[in-house]
Amino acid sequence: MSEEALAQLAMDFSVLSLIAVGGAITVLPEMHRSVVEVHAWMSGAQFAELFALAQAAPGPNILVVSLIGWKVAGSAGAVVATAAVCVPSCVLTFAVSRIWQRFRSARWRASVEDGLVPVTVGLMLAGGYLITLSADHSWPAFAITAVTAAVVLKTRIHPLWLFGAAGLIGLAGWV
Amino acid sequence: MPFARRMLVEERRWLSPEEFTDVLSLCQLLPGPNIVNVAVCVGARYHGVRGAAAAFAGLMTAPFFVVLALGALYTEYGHLPAVSALFRGISAAAAGLVVAMGLKMATSRRLRSAMALFALITFIGIALMRLPLVVFLLGAAPLSVAAALWRAK
Repeated sequence: MSEEALAQLAMDFSVLSLIAVGGAITVLPEMHRSVVEVHAWMSGAQFAELFALAQAAPGPNILVVSLIGWKVAGSAGAVVATAAVCVPSCVLTFAVSRIWQRFRSARWRASVEDGLVPVTVGLMLAGGYLITLSADHSWPAFAITAVTAAVVLKTRIHPLWLFGAAGLIGLAGWV
Repeated sequence: MPFARRMLVEERRWLSPEEFTDVLSLCQLLPGPNIVNVAVCVGARYHGVRGAAAAFAGLMTAPFFVVLALGALYTEYGHLPAVSALFRGISAAAAGLVVAMGLKMATSRRLRSAMALFALITFIGIALMRLPLVVFLLGAAPLSVAAALWRAK
């Protein structure tokens, strides 16, 4: 099982790497599809919890793939999944950063950006929708999600405080 | 990202503010986490492949082990009722953070209002119809870019 799972992780995540325009959040729906729906490596709730862990931890939240890899195939899984998701996009970035100067003032550059942004926005909203459905199974949970979103949009409070408060509400047994 | 900007532009002066904006806009366009891409770009600029690899390793190594340590703790104690109750709360908040990021991006100036239709189509295709992302993107992304090019003419 393990080697097969490693190969699967490497393949799925290196494809994700090359389409993750905007970062981890935009490929959240596809990660969910692959991990929960296609391979059934874990439940939706477990997926949401690993994602929460990666968001609460310092560092880029793409590290959720390390946790997924680790859960699926131990420490080898963590290394393979992390490398798979990072190496292709880094190589691409490296290559493009070398030739980008030449296109600095090209007119199509702004249009490419204008065209990719709406797709990124749609993907981020889809990610929010799907992770909410995975994480929340009671109305207080939906309320926490809504209040967190509103507070993050309206204030400059660090999200860790909100995570702490939400954790306490959970600990009190209300979620 | 604000921390990265402060470090790169104000403290180390590796990039001027204009260069930082330029690098960031490229990195937002490319796949991968923006912060990782910025590290690779800046590393590449000063020391080529070795610089890019060093910047990447510097950015990722410590967080990688921290997140795995948290994962280990979670596996060890996650089945305790108190811990799983705690996590139900935290994952609800984490979902809220993602929703907020999506809404923030949706209302930013980077999304031209004439192009909002493509955001809606993407949401329907991915969130509601659950289409595979690769298949969907091969169709939708070129169309969206083509629409933007046509609009710019």
